[in-house]
Amino acid sequence: MALKTDAVGKEWPGTTYQVGREKIKEYASALGIENQVHFDVGEAHRAGFRDVVAPPMFAVVYSSPAIAPAILDPEVELNFAAMVHGGQEFEWDEPACSGDEITTSAKCLSIEEKDGKGFYVFETNSVNQDGAQVARGTWTLIVRGV
Amino acid sequence: MADLNVGDQIAELRVTPDKYLPHRYAGASGDFNPIHIDDQFAKMVGLPRNILHGLYSMGLVAKANAALADGDPRALKRLSVQMRGMGVPEEEIVVTGTVKSVEGDRVVVDTVATQGEATLIKNAEAELEL
Repeated sequence: MALKTDAVGKEWPGTTYQVGREKIKEYASALGIENQVHFDVGEAHRAGFRDVVAPPMFAVVYSSPAIAPAILDPEVELNFAAMVHGGQEFEWDEPACSGDEITTSAKCLSIEEKDGKGFYVFETNSVNQDGAQVARGTWTLIVRGV
Repeated sequence: MADLNVGDQIAELRVTPDKYLPHRYAGASGDFNPIHIDDQFAKMVGLPRNILHGLYSMGLVAKANAALADGDPRALKRLSVQMRGMGVPEEEIVVTGTVKSVEGDRVVVDTVATQGEATLIKNAEAELEL
């Protein structure tokens, strides 16, 4: 069965996420990250950040609300039940700090079939309230048995 | 910057996620897919038990690399991973890395995360500014 590829190139409107100190703490704690710049505003200031700063992989937290509607879009026709997260890339620029409002947009880069599996690749682009680039993500989702 | 050369090993990171780690990570990340937090559901869909979030394992890879910059969150510029085997709670994860290239203050590290016989993250490439 040929994969439906109509959604390649489709873009989804941006979602905005407000970064908060407690959420950064919760994320850093789950990962066992101990650097106090993620917990204490004084330490963050001393290290040159405007507020408590998020660990890089916090990108998952502020960009997931943008990727979810893309994955679930009926036009993409991605079989969520048979999906595995096969690959992920992030590139970081400006650090994400508490108080930031980060807007993330999503785009479908490609849909391809290889060895009976569907490879769905999405890109997210996150910018902060000043228009500064924060992170770019490439999400590779693999669907078995297409 | 750290005095690193091609072929150097980064400090190994060993973590044993406890039984409730997937629940805490679900809360922290917002990913409540039941395969991660509901053992019965996971078994019903053919998994050995509830499994770790792939992005949690990627988070450990990020942490192991950030340690090269004493945990400075500005150091990691790019991280690209392939997620393969399924990680499970209550078994030790080992993250190892080898310096692949050094150009000025830019260092690229090849990183792998394993758990017993399973490879959770492979072909991970971390680019750091040190």
